[in-house]
Amino acid sequence: MNGKKAKNDIIFISALLVFALIFGLVLFLSQTKGDTVVVTVDGALFGEYPIEKDAQIEIKSKSGENLLVIKDKTADVISASCPDGICVHHRPIQNGGESIICLPNKVVVEVRTKGVKGTDIIV
Amino acid sequence: MVINLKNTKTIAFVGISATLALLLSYVEFLLPPLFVSVPGIKIGLPNVVIIFALYCLGFRYAAIISFVRLIMTSLLFGNILTLAYSFAGAVLSLTVMAILKKTDLLSCVGVSVAGGVSHNIGQVLVAIFLLKTPQIAYYMLVLLVTGIISGAFVGLCGAFLIKRIPIDKLK
Repeated sequence: MNGKKAKNDIIFISALLVFALIFGLVLFLSQTKGDTVVVTVDGALFGEYPIEKDAQIEIKSKSGENLLVIKDKTADVISASCPDGICVHHRPIQNGGESIICLPNKVVVEVRTKGVKGTDIIV
Repeated sequence: MVINLKNTKTIAFVGISATLALLLSYVEFLLPPLFVSVPGIKIGLPNVVIIFALYCLGFRYAAIISFVRLIMTSLLFGNILTLAYSFAGAVLSLTVMAILKKTDLLSCVGVSVAGGVSHNIGQVLVAIFLLKTPQIAYYMLVLLVTGIISGAFVGLCGAFLIKRIPIDKLK
């Protein structure tokens, strides 16, 4: 490996990292707080819950159940009957467009923003 | 340094490489996931073989090894969706790596990083097409960063192999 190529490598990797950082910043700044937690099972609506109100919801589906907890304006799946538990390990969600998906039970928990005001941040 | 495929040694070498790539996929399949909350993040161990093949055997053989491995792993451990995701990633990363190698600006580590990142971008593009959720953008960010890290790791392993394995004896 010669020096010039190694230098180019570092420049290239740094450029990619800077791009990732900018991409991350744009995503972070364009987040909007959600206000409704929408639960669907196998594509069909299971229920809508306001994110302000603390609640415990048992989502029963054909293949099992997931326990959804809404607390402190965040939604989290804390237990599930599925084998992989990806939905349980998923961090709590609170921003518009975020979702927790349980593939085995076909459950989608999504935070939505009603009446999106459009961009209120100009980058 | 492209070798004639009629050469028996080369055929054997391509076969062994494809098997090795397949075995490395299996090893990776056995390893626990790196991040439980974000599925799909892998080191990409088989790519060590691909990058080695790209440098020592040429693009054509790297592509053959890559696709043999891809079809075999999808049949053994995956399903048709795995094939769609992996295929998009493999085609894009092989193309990008071949072009970057030709420009001769980067070492094999840089080429491998570009390969890792473009592999992930290819997969995310398929995911956007199949799932149609804007949420994927966050996933893209994670995969971009992990692509750089795993690409660098694979590239360093590849550089080591290219230096140590006497490919000239194949001819």
